[in-house]
Amino acid sequence: MSDRVSPPLPRTRAAALSPFLRLVFLLAVDSTAVFFLLRVVALGYYPLAAATFVVLVVVNVILLHRKAYPIRWMVVGLVLMAMFTIYPILFTIWVSFTNYGEGHLITQEQAIDQILAEKYLPETGRAYSWTAYKSAAGDYVLWLQDAAGTGYLAVPGEPLTQPQPGEAGLGALDEDGIPETIEGFNRLNTILATTDQNLPNILFGEAGSTIQIRSPKEAAELLPLYTYDPERDAMISQETGVVFQNIRGTFSAPDGTQLRPGFVETIQLANFREFFTSPALRGPLVRIITWNFAFAILSLLFNLALGLGIAIMFNERGFPFKKLIRSLLIIPYTVPALLTILIWRGMLNPELGVIDRFLENLIGWAPPWFTDQWLAKVAILLINLWLSYPYFMLICSGALQSISEDYYSAAQVDGASAWQQFWQITLPLLLVAVGPLLIASLIFNFNNFNLIYLFNAGGPPMAGTPTPAGHTDILISYVYNLAFTASRGVNYGFAAAITMVIFFIVGTITLLQFRYTNMWEEVSENV
Amino acid sequence: MSSTVPLRQMRTSMKARRTVSVGLRLVVALFLIVFSVFPILWVISASLNPTGSLATQTLIPANPGFDNYRILLTSGEFPFWTWFGNSLKVASITAVLSLAITTTAAYAFSRFRFNGRRTMLKGILLIQVFPALLAIVAIFLMISQVGDIFPGVGLNTHASLILVYLGGAMGINIWLMKGFLDTIPREIDESAMVEGASDWQIFTRLILPLLRPILIVILILNYINIYGEFILARVLLKSNEQYTLMVGLQVFAGAQFNQRWGIFAAGALIGALPIMIIYLLLQDQIVGGLTQGAVKE
Repeated sequence: MSDRVSPPLPRTRAAALSPFLRLVFLLAVDSTAVFFLLRVVALGYYPLAAATFVVLVVVNVILLHRKAYPIRWMVVGLVLMAMFTIYPILFTIWVSFTNYGEGHLITQEQAIDQILAEKYLPETGRAYSWTAYKSAAGDYVLWLQDAAGTGYLAVPGEPLTQPQPGEAGLGALDEDGIPETIEGFNRLNTILATTDQNLPNILFGEAGSTIQIRSPKEAAELLPLYTYDPERDAMISQETGVVFQNIRGTFSAPDGTQLRPGFVETIQLANFREFFTSPALRGPLVRIITWNFAFAILSLLFNLALGLGIAIMFNERGFPFKKLIRSLLIIPYTVPALLTILIWRGMLNPELGVIDRFLENLIGWAPPWFTDQWLAKVAILLINLWLSYPYFMLICSGALQSISEDYYSAAQVDGASAWQQFWQITLPLLLVAVGPLLIASLIFNFNNFNLIYLFNAGGPPMAGTPTPAGHTDILISYVYNLAFTASRGVNYGFAAAITMVIFFIVGTITLLQFRYTNMWEEVSENV
Repeated sequence: MSSTVPLRQMRTSMKARRTVSVGLRLVVALFLIVFSVFPILWVISASLNPTGSLATQTLIPANPGFDNYRILLTSGEFPFWTWFGNSLKVASITAVLSLAITTTAAYAFSRFRFNGRRTMLKGILLIQVFPALLAIVAIFLMISQVGDIFPGVGLNTHASLILVYLGGAMGINIWLMKGFLDTIPREIDESAMVEGASDWQIFTRLILPLLRPILIVILILNYINIYGEFILARVLLKSNEQYTLMVGLQVFAGAQFNQRWGIFAAGALIGALPIMIIYLLLQDQIVGGLTQGAVKE
């Protein structure tokens, strides 16, 4: 009845003012965004530029189009979601098809520009004879003479000039045509000039046509070391004639020499192929994936079992100290998880921790929680149990209260035992009620980076893996190592490819959940 | 007459069985309580242990004192108060802004009818299924690129961290909030409209006050989540004085953990205390929010 499609007519002064304010706001947003866009394009961050552009256009439509009025209520949230959730997902997809990583961080154009800027001092070619002058402050200028005897003044960072005596502080020329003096500078004699440590390293003249001293007699113009051949997509060295072919984003010579920097290039499915077929990676990856699933599923089972057990035990109405027991039992849940994990790390310390010292006294064995891979896994499951059982206890006791007593009375009449009642009535009904939360918890544990990373950083390390991997690493912590621990060179492309695999797994679980629980329908009904 | 005796016997035996069962369960409860409370007691004891290292700790410290707290709070190398302040600042700003974003969006979804409304609602839910953690490499690269143009929202700034958190604000909370909004009868808005109130006035003067209890619960849950968030903060913040408390304590624990155990324990307790108090005071409301699907990691 009251469905509103278009904005109601302005009825108050505030409402009348709002179009004007909206325009001012839009103008401010647009000008900032356009400035940002131009800079982003100039820096070569094209994916970011594309995302900004799309978002900018959509924001303008939303704020200007009458029909988009309802969307204005959520425009800030949508923009933030687009930029910081959707764009990173799309960017990850793109990166997974590239070689983005150490040595491959800039665009090909930028890399070519940098490589083309490299110069070399040709052995032959146009040369000058030179005379050096030095100021008291340690600045140098050169007087150059070409083969015809024409004189030039060369100053670092400035174009060559041809001043006559009297101009630019030049004194009279001697018989060789070299100025006797230059104002502010002292002429260096041959011995001083040839033994000077700084002179051979100074680039004279303006950028692009710089001149450097080649020998005690000669100075010469530096030439670009490489030329780029777009047809062959290759760099050709002018000095040696070697061709550097573009191979996977690096210009490489046949002998394996590579030109720095490399650049980002699409390498199609190479990352995924490596993920699925590389024999060096298969060993660690199979173990990581197996443990990843085992960890998520076992955690869910243990945590649910304990949480449900507690909920059933103390669910009874009028159980003594019920409230107090619950308050004490949810304590683990109230401590930020990071602190809990670090506290357990201290308690499980093999030499010093309380648990190991206690076991040492009791049975003469201090379990090496951090260096034995199986014990490390047990420890992680134990910590996760401590962290999460209160949550399961809370959601299970909530769900238990919603199960009607009638079922149990009927079952008792039929003579069902307590055990049968649990399996036939309590568990099925409970699983229906908390099903979505269990799936959410499964997905959360599948990517429970904090626990793995903080407890032992995925350790103990596996031996002989091409990239660092540990026995308790799960996919996401392995990705983190690939992307952020630079010990063997970060590889964003490969990290992103694994991320896509995780996306795929999590997405499948979620879709199955939507399919087999009626969450979607429930959701749709309320819409 | 004859049947009363067995019945009474049965009653007493049932009563006895119940007493035994309750007693057994209380014993189990005691074990569980020890399991859940022991680490906390151990940390309290560690924080009061003057020698401060893992090896020398006993449950009841020999000469309890506040040395660890003193060292923690006055140390120049580890600016604990700065970290604490950063955490409070980031969590407060994010929680409030995120609540504002969710509430206005949920209001639009609940009260207006427009094309693509269902699709958008489902889309928002689906996108949030992918945890932000997975795109962390992309987020890192993006923030570092943005920082080349606007250093104020680049790496190592709280602004960038808050923006990334807010990018995840439109999620399941919109569903939750829309659910509550749908329970407020439309007649309320309609009568206000007849009197000439604008949508904004209806929203701020009528709807928000009615929503206050649930707003507070969502605000607190958001706050707790952000306060405890670690990985995004770890990746985006680089310098000691920008760290949030969680990142700071993790870094602190990383170096010479065994020797600094007592100081770490003191820091962990101070850091955990606000959240524990909130939880225990607002238990019932928070549990209500949780079971309806609010997020807590």
